[in-house]
Amino acid sequence: MTAALASPVPLTPARIALVGNPNCGKTALFNALTGARQKVANYAGVTVERKEGTLTTASGRRVQILDLPGTYSLRARSPDEAVTRDAVLGRLAGESPPDVVVCVADATNLRLVLRLILELKAVGRPLVLALNMYDIALRQGLKIDLEGLSKEIGAPIVTTVATRRRGIEELIAKVEAVLADLPPAPVSAWQELDAAQTKAAHRRAQGLMRAYVRPPEHPDTLTGRIDSVLLHPIWGMGLLLALLFVMFQAVFTGAAPAMDLIDQGFGQLAAMVSASPPEGLLRGLVADGVIAGVGSVLVFLPQILILFLFIIMLEDSGYMARAAFLMDKIMGGAGLHGRAFIPLLSSFACAIPGIMSTRVIDNRRDRLTTILIAPLMTCSARIPVYTLIIGAVVPQKTLWGFISLQGLVMFGLYAAGIFSALGVSYVMRRVFWRGVSEPFMMELPTYKAPDPVNVLRSLWMRGKIFVQRAGRVILPLMIVVWFLSTFPSAPVGASGPGINYSFAGMIGHALAPIFAPIGFNWQMTVALIPGMAAREVAVAALGTVYAVGGSAATSLAATLHQSWSLASGLAFLAWYVFAPQCVATLAVVRRETNSWRWPIIMFAYMLALAYGAAFIVYQTAVALGAG
Amino acid sequence: MNAPLSPADLEPQPGLRVRLRDARLGDRGVIVDVQAEADGLDHGVDADELQRRLLEFGFVEGARIEVIHEGGIGHDPIAVKLDDMRIALRRRDAGDVMIQLDAA
Repeated sequence: MTAALASPVPLTPARIALVGNPNCGKTALFNALTGARQKVANYAGVTVERKEGTLTTASGRRVQILDLPGTYSLRARSPDEAVTRDAVLGRLAGESPPDVVVCVADATNLRLVLRLILELKAVGRPLVLALNMYDIALRQGLKIDLEGLSKEIGAPIVTTVATRRRGIEELIAKVEAVLADLPPAPVSAWQELDAAQTKAAHRRAQGLMRAYVRPPEHPDTLTGRIDSVLLHPIWGMGLLLALLFVMFQAVFTGAAPAMDLIDQGFGQLAAMVSASPPEGLLRGLVADGVIAGVGSVLVFLPQILILFLFIIMLEDSGYMARAAFLMDKIMGGAGLHGRAFIPLLSSFACAIPGIMSTRVIDNRRDRLTTILIAPLMTCSARIPVYTLIIGAVVPQKTLWGFISLQGLVMFGLYAAGIFSALGVSYVMRRVFWRGVSEPFMMELPTYKAPDPVNVLRSLWMRGKIFVQRAGRVILPLMIVVWFLSTFPSAPVGASGPGINYSFAGMIGHALAPIFAPIGFNWQMTVALIPGMAAREVAVAALGTVYAVGGSAATSLAATLHQSWSLASGLAFLAWYVFAPQCVATLAVVRRETNSWRWPIIMFAYMLALAYGAAFIVYQTAVALGAG
Repeated sequence: MNAPLSPADLEPQPGLRVRLRDARLGDRGVIVDVQAEADGLDHGVDADELQRRLLEFGFVEGARIEVIHEGGIGHDPIAVKLDDMRIALRRRDAGDVMIQLDAA
């Protein structure tokens, strides 16, 4: 034996996988074990998030910890659960199997996890059971015969309170003890259970419960009492709407100062670069392409962080499942799954985090439907466009003494997005995917106060992922759009804006006849080309085309007021309700579906709707004399 | 129901047997059977798969069950207390769960 092999600290890190039911505090335990030493990526070939962290034990051994998606059974139903199954079985491409499986259980809710443990035992890998939320179990007077249960399931048991970091050292020590005495490579006896076997497994789990767990003396009644209000058909719905209202207020007004700051910061940075020599193409690329492009995405970060803060807190507290319960019937009418509620809600800030969060939907068709309609929710990138055009063409009138006409149009645009999303989903269900969606079955977890540290950590992770993904996608595209709008440059002595002579201008002019029936003049058509990168870029592009320059939106609005008819303006608004003009969204759909098919379908159907809606609006308005 | 009668079924029963699909708010009892019956309704999955999902969520014979909440539109979906867990599901998917209601 060589010295290296005999050394007490093995060179290769040990591998641990965390497995457990949803809502068992697995992520909190993962955070407590690894602290900030985490990284989030994707598993090879699938769009399931892979969360890995490392820790070093007291004896200096390095341990890699994989936080696997929560599941009730190894019989996988969703891509997430398939990853858990394959990781535990060591079948996952590019991953070596875990040395030890740590099963995380909510100590107050053991019945289903005991059945999962029986399945995990069949896999044959060494197992350690972490009984999490043990403080709550003690408070309820729940008595668990740890020694007896441990002997019966053949795995050491550690009690933990992940949010208070209690039991973490003991858990690491137990894992290390198991690591020190690893059996030879296990032979898995696991196979998918049929109905009779599942029933038998339940009976065994029930037997374990009866033998080793004494029911709580003071069971939790708080959750039931809260639910009698929050799940009430009337009060519950009212509170959900109130919550959404507060959330949107926070997203749109709370984020405004930070957004202005970012906007100004990038504006000044671009101005600084523009002012600095040497003048030339490179400077233009950096100032107008890179800085403006990255800025146009980062400006949404404050909104996205506030939105995620709400979503994470609602998820951690256990309310999200209730929201899905309340919304299921309404969404089900349009063929959507109750769980689609959260992704669609997120899409009001930005479709990208919305589409990313469709991963909670098990069924592929349900998920694809949700992904395809997510961009119809009015995202915040449309707000600058709506504000500009409404300000330019809709008169400032007050209806019935208290409703502003401009506000009413804005509200109408939001409503148009929501109703068309429901309509598209309905049509998709009827035409493409016959049949109803998957069974809706969901645990309503016990309410818990969200742990601030875990909330902040999740928020940080979400924000980081958004910036990385959006940055990676938007940057190259902004460079392409900058190239199209810059080359070829205007001939010497030319009047009119440079973009008019560029590729973007040529494309715009070439397309102008197609857009004439919907009331778009060539300036509008040209502005659509750079506006492909992101919807709000259209505002800047209009500024460029009309050679207003700067960010003086008021003067641009005045210019538009003079040169656009009401019919053209309304058609432009109708176009933007549907327009697929956000390459970042299309790229994220490509990533999430692993195919170009869905982004192409999305682009085509949204384009058709945009053109159709603008056509109807323009022709109607002209017929009514607003041409 | 056409399932063969077990000796227990022949004893006098205080309560009624209902499908969870038809249970009313506040109904409580014990699950006596979870079937895989093709009921003609579309569940998005076949009857066997639906049965296995119900079983995996703990809808098994002998479990205590109580309907604790229902939605405002068409009394759907429902939330049940299943032993110590709370589960939400749609009525249309709950036809295969047979409950022996407690005596009133």
